[in-house]
Amino acid sequence: MIIELLATPLGHTVAALVAILAFLGLNGLVMVYMERKVCGFIQLRPGPFEVGPRGLLQPVADALKLVGKQLVTPQGADALLFWLAPFISFAPVAICFLPIPFGPIATGMNMNLGLLLILAFSGLNALSLVLAGWGSNNKYGLLGAARAVAQSVAYEVPLLLSVLAIAFQVGSLNLSTIVEGQKGILSWNLFYQPLAFVIYFISATAETNRAPFDLPEAESELTAGFHTEYSGMGFGIFFLAEYSYMIVVCAVATALFLGGYDGPFAPGIWWFLAKVFFLVLILMFFRWTFPRVRFDQLLNICWKWLIPLGLANLIATALVMKLVQ
Amino acid sequence: MPHDAMSKLVGDYYTTHFSPDPTSEGDTLILNLGPQHPSTHGVLRVVVEMDGEYIRRSEPVLGYIHRMHEKMGEVKTYLQYLPNMGRVDYLHALAWNWAYVGAVEKLMGIKVPPRAEYIRTITCELNRISSHLLWWGAYILDLGGITPIFYAFADRERIMDILQRVTGARLTYCYYRFGGVSADIDDDFIKETREFLQHFKTRLPIYHGLVTGNVILRGRCEDIGVLPVEMCRRYGATGPVLRGSGVAYDTRRFEPYSVYDQLEFDVPVGKNGDAMDRYDVRMAEMVQSVRIIEQALDALPDGPHVSPDLPDRFIPDKGEVYFAVEGARGKIGVYILSDGTAKPYRLKLRSPSFSNLHVFAELAQGTLLADAISIMGSLDLVIPEIDR
Repeated sequence: MIIELLATPLGHTVAALVAILAFLGLNGLVMVYMERKVCGFIQLRPGPFEVGPRGLLQPVADALKLVGKQLVTPQGADALLFWLAPFISFAPVAICFLPIPFGPIATGMNMNLGLLLILAFSGLNALSLVLAGWGSNNKYGLLGAARAVAQSVAYEVPLLLSVLAIAFQVGSLNLSTIVEGQKGILSWNLFYQPLAFVIYFISATAETNRAPFDLPEAESELTAGFHTEYSGMGFGIFFLAEYSYMIVVCAVATALFLGGYDGPFAPGIWWFLAKVFFLVLILMFFRWTFPRVRFDQLLNICWKWLIPLGLANLIATALVMKLVQ
Repeated sequence: MPHDAMSKLVGDYYTTHFSPDPTSEGDTLILNLGPQHPSTHGVLRVVVEMDGEYIRRSEPVLGYIHRMHEKMGEVKTYLQYLPNMGRVDYLHALAWNWAYVGAVEKLMGIKVPPRAEYIRTITCELNRISSHLLWWGAYILDLGGITPIFYAFADRERIMDILQRVTGARLTYCYYRFGGVSADIDDDFIKETREFLQHFKTRLPIYHGLVTGNVILRGRCEDIGVLPVEMCRRYGATGPVLRGSGVAYDTRRFEPYSVYDQLEFDVPVGKNGDAMDRYDVRMAEMVQSVRIIEQALDALPDGPHVSPDLPDRFIPDKGEVYFAVEGARGKIGVYILSDGTAKPYRLKLRSPSFSNLHVFAELAQGTLLADAISIMGSLDLVIPEIDR
């Protein structure tokens, strides 16, 4: 009965969503531990080691602490928007995971416009930051929200351009098809589109608001930016959403540029996860190494470098594809 | 947004009296930076009027850590007041020790034995390195780089261990005494200091490699907060802030005290007076401090560490005295007016952070918020020193 239900497209999608939510919860714990250990490694200190063996239970303790905290709505805040924002931040992430091919069969929903779906839903993240900053009646929050809008609007463009180059090359927006086209390390798109990969990765760092582009929450300027007023799980959900977005952008990068689940010996899903977490590790290295860029510098990188380069890359790709045909 | 709830959040005296400038155009926002803010390092509060991300006006609000140090000086005897000095600027406590002790010595005509002068030089310069290290880490932290402060603290920890051996304290030192220092240094101290200096020389290139050349950092510091010499003069800015603007004024060199006139060291200066120059000056000063300590260790004479013929009670004659030393943040001055009793009639502390802070309002005008944070960090403010 259950197997029959799972075999239907709807049942498959529901099962995939449940699996994705479970994965996201677990992933949050893993990433918190990973981030703290990586940060400790870079900063010449051991990182968490008290709670559980090698500090493995530290993320659980963190999560319990966040759950146990009082949820405070600040005076003068718009309660509805204020509490809606974390969920608007988190909900689209789960959908972004649906078209990602974790393995040859481990794909939530094999759809032809998968890439478009991911880009569309990840764009919603900016909305949640605006609502959070605006709804919390806090000047720092408002400034953070304003930064979030400018940053997202600017960086969606080069992100799209770099992804389009791959779409031109493969002729499909279906992530599974794109992955299928990359068999063996030499056929990875990374080697055909290195510029697109660099543009994609920089834009993705900015899209996920990670350092050195973490301007909406720049703690030395705006205390905590858009989530200044959030306590307990309100903040926790933003946090979870940020880590989940990191996985999404790294998973898309893996699928587009690094051959997805392509790899010898081990089953594809392990290769996929290994590549994703390698990219996540690079993002973490960024955060703990670089100072933060200034706002106008951030936009300059985007408008003066990434977008022209992305356009040139796209045109070159289009020309080459036309000639090959 | 409910309007009655908004009207309850009117703010205090400073925000209400800092209402938007009626002559300015467009919507502006009054923002409180501090007294609890990650970048004001302590309890400095700056009220800023912002037009978007740009700063129209700003005004520092002081008094959050006012401990009446100057008044305390009038109600305590000369010796009783000494421990206060480690708490004025807790990051370069020994320079304040020195300024006060030096002023009283000058007032009473107490001679300091040469060994004590060298010990003072060594410990004060070690303390200067630790202060600059903390500034370095905290400044990069202000700019969003979280890691360097841990590297800085690892080295600073060793300095604190060394100073702990002789002073007994790790932060708020009270080590200098009228006519010398409270405890002599031993061979272990000298050995550890030499080891630290060797270690530190290998660390500085690492710092430069990791941070100084970073393109993001240079983008955040170069041409930010350009401070003309004329403005330094108006506000009385001293120390690395003044030297960053190209004026080679160092109290150790131009009003030499103790043994500084016998030691060789350069006074590093900047060219443009921007935040990067102030950064470079402080980094270069650490190298000069290392040079000074090495020379002082080599030249360390034998003898008593405290003057043997001190009076039983410190009661100076009527008179006034001013004594200045070079602290990590600038010129530290102590003025004492004595009426011939056991307590000073008036004691005035000239703290460099106070003068340096007031440069901020003018420098930050018209800059982005992020630049203002960078400017404030580059001034290296210690708030307890501002509120005396």
